[in-house]
Amino acid sequence: MAAIEFRGVTKRYGESVVLRDFSLSVEPGERIAMIGRSGCGKTTVLKMVNALLSPDEGQVLVNGENVLQTNQILLRRQIGYVIQNVGLFPHLNIEKNIAYVPSLSRAWPKPQRQQEVARLLALVGLEGNMAKRYPSELSGGQKQRVGIARALAAQPKILLMDEPFGAVDEITRRSLQEELLRLSGELSLTVLFVTHDIREAMKIGSRVLVMDAGEISQLASPEEILQSPANAFVRELVCGI
Amino acid sequence: MEFIGSIFTLYWERADWFLGLLGTHMLLSGIAIGIAGVAGLGIGVLISEFRKAAPVVIGICNVCYTIPSISLFGLLIPFLGIGNPTAVTALTIYAMMPMVRNTYTGITGIDRDILEAARGMGSTRWQILWRVKLPLAVSVILTGLRSMVVMTIAVGGIASFVGAGGLGVAIYRGITMYDPAMTFAGSLLIAAFALLADLLLGFAEKIYKKKRRMF
Repeated sequence: MAAIEFRGVTKRYGESVVLRDFSLSVEPGERIAMIGRSGCGKTTVLKMVNALLSPDEGQVLVNGENVLQTNQILLRRQIGYVIQNVGLFPHLNIEKNIAYVPSLSRAWPKPQRQQEVARLLALVGLEGNMAKRYPSELSGGQKQRVGIARALAAQPKILLMDEPFGAVDEITRRSLQEELLRLSGELSLTVLFVTHDIREAMKIGSRVLVMDAGEISQLASPEEILQSPANAFVRELVCGI
Repeated sequence: MEFIGSIFTLYWERADWFLGLLGTHMLLSGIAIGIAGVAGLGIGVLISEFRKAAPVVIGICNVCYTIPSISLFGLLIPFLGIGNPTAVTALTIYAMMPMVRNTYTGITGIDRDILEAARGMGSTRWQILWRVKLPLAVSVILTGLRSMVVMTIAVGGIASFVGAGGLGVAIYRGITMYDPAMTFAGSLLIAAFALLADLLLGFAEKIYKKKRRMF
């Protein structure tokens, strides 16, 4: 059974169609890197998985269940979500930020919380003494790592990432990418990753999904995309590498 | 110098009377601040959750706020008679606007990314409000509370014109008996009380922000 499946999904904002008859099947453990111009519909795809947006036509299924017919609150708690600009809560320290999702369902009693947070901090390569600091005291790269730790706290099997490394410098980005590859392997995560950087897409994705104007231009392994681009748009995209 | 001396003589000679007035003033403004604080916060939260109602509600609050204070007191007399209930009601109506507006502004001004993250991680609407929106709006709400408290204490000085107690009684007496020292003595206590309340709230605000590293 596919971890994530789109069946003929169309989405409109008013008159403009952002997603047209979009179908995609993501197997468990796959990493799909979505790339395209801004406004091509990639973020829309992401937000439909955790039901922040709902399709106008077609269906979105997570683990075989239609996301519109399941308990969306519980669904979201089972899906890790990392967004652009991190979205860490500035009024909570790192420990409470990371423990946010488990705290929503009261999953961790306090002593366990400290242990779990220490484990997660180590997992994303941060020092344990970060726990009591606040987001404003962290560097961009550290915030991104905390964002990932927070997304992993409830032990999700699916991770949605919307340009998570957009705001950090090149060196930090590379190490964060390595970290993500390692983690997704260790935890056998299914990852849906949105980016506008073709190199990043090629590095992260086990398959790369090139989108243009709400439709799939090409969905293939990075090698295949490089060797046989499906159309002019994809060719233009990969010619810089 | 002589004038200031006469004020302190007044305080000294009539300490009990002034303390009584101060006590009543604290009580009247305290009740109004309490009611407006809770109700204003509640209304502010409601209109930030149901945005369509916001322009109407804020409009009403603005209109109430622009009524000159003395006429608002006067307008209430036919309904509530003369005395403390009228004063408290008028003060409460005045105090609502800054609370409602600042609660609304505080909540609606929160970074959309943060709210999206909260929703995307599976928070219920109530959890978003309680754990994210309100804590992040606190400093704006506190600013509104501070100006509201100072204003209520100051406007409370007019309450004696509708037969209520408080330090306005001293001011009113000073005016009618042509005793500037008396007027000044009452005003000075109101100002001191307002200033003290503002300082205390400012202190509380500072502690809250420091604890959460919000500068």
